[in-house]
Amino acid sequence: MDQQAIFLTFRLATLTTLILLALSIPLGYWLAYGRARWKALVEAAVALPLVLPPTVLGFYLLVWMAPRTAAGRAVSAVLGHPLAFSFAGLVAGSVLFSLPFAVQPVTAGFRSVDREILEAAELLSPGRARILVWVLLPLVRPFLLTAAVLAFTHTVGEFGVVLMIGGNIPGVTRTLSISIYDQVQDFAYAQANHTALLLLSLSFLALLLIYGRRGRAGV
Amino acid sequence: MSDYLQVDVEHRLGDLSLRVSCALSAPWTVLFGPSGAGKTSLLRVIGGLTKPDRGRVILHGRTLVEMESEAWVPPGQRAIGFVSQRPTLFPHMNVTANVSFGLSGLDGPSRKERVGQMLDLFQAGRLAKRMPGDLSGGEKQRVALARALAPGPRLLLLDEPFTGMDADLKVSILQPLTVWLTERDVPAIYVSHDVAEAFQTVADVVVLDHGQVQAHGPANVVLASRREQLLRQLGPGAG
Repeated sequence: MDQQAIFLTFRLATLTTLILLALSIPLGYWLAYGRARWKALVEAAVALPLVLPPTVLGFYLLVWMAPRTAAGRAVSAVLGHPLAFSFAGLVAGSVLFSLPFAVQPVTAGFRSVDREILEAAELLSPGRARILVWVLLPLVRPFLLTAAVLAFTHTVGEFGVVLMIGGNIPGVTRTLSISIYDQVQDFAYAQANHTALLLLSLSFLALLLIYGRRGRAGV
Repeated sequence: MSDYLQVDVEHRLGDLSLRVSCALSAPWTVLFGPSGAGKTSLLRVIGGLTKPDRGRVILHGRTLVEMESEAWVPPGQRAIGFVSQRPTLFPHMNVTANVSFGLSGLDGPSRKERVGQMLDLFQAGRLAKRMPGDLSGGEKQRVALARALAPGPRLLLLDEPFTGMDADLKVSILQPLTVWLTERDVPAIYVSHDVAEAFQTVADVVVLDHGQVQAHGPANVVLASRREQLLRQLGPGAG
């Protein structure tokens, strides 16, 4: 099995999951409780990767982040290299592509909190941060776990976005899913089978974790 | 006691059009009226859980809301305790953590002391380590009251908190509550739709119907002037 690809894939998935959790808490909170008229617009944009072909997302990222664009120049100035064909590019693409898998469960979690419990907290505490940390986050913990597991496994299984943005550079951008593609192209079916089995087992265990917890919680 | 609360608000919510203008001065005011009269809506406006469409609320000389000038004090900064019919304890915190939630301004030892005092007041000291899911309805309501009073509110709002409780249990909670409020000069507004409960008290009564104040004054005076109407309103079985 391609050890380099395994390490790279898990590094990518861990980093993407951490970034997505950090993003999904404020974004999910705003989507659940915000009253802006253009909230539906943001909700639709967040959900877009669910229906968009990964190659489309990858293509636009390549175009927007090209070295001749302002965004591309800014990214290059920060990273010291263009976003395309780099690990940072993979992270950016993965975060965008897995965004709905993290934001939607967290938003659903915030919406599921009993309104009266939230109001009781608002009456007792002048600080929204205190309410978020001590009341809301503990209550939405199962939803955060679901978001983390879905974001992680979805990133591990990515193919289209990764290939478009990162190409296939061993040790830099070649992830497990691309490794399987390579192995099949080389007629190395036994190797491809091992890698595919690893991804299959990981995905199944992740879903088992989510449904097992739901079963115990009676939801 | 001079007027501690001035309310002059309008708020439309579904079929209900709340239009209330009154000033409260009694230490204990019963807000009385049939279901759907707007009692809870009025408490929510005072507590800051609902923004009225128009008007203002002033508590102890401090403007809590004035829609015309967009003045707005959030619920957590109003120093108002609120206990509803359904006790909404934080389900993931034990009783001690629930009661100490509103005490972020106190240091550890002071917070612990205050929590102990409040639980003892409602004979709930033995529940300190229990989780809300393990408590009976009456125990939950004792803890909810202890939590509401712990930060030292300047006004207590009670939205039918004793519904479904037997008389003994109700007295065992009301007695220490009234002592605490009287000692600290903290007024309370108590929502009820039970005519006997409303007019047995020595409180002032505000009769609310269809979102508007129908009568306001000492319980015996309001009862004397509106006895027939109140009995009609409550149906043929009342009396």
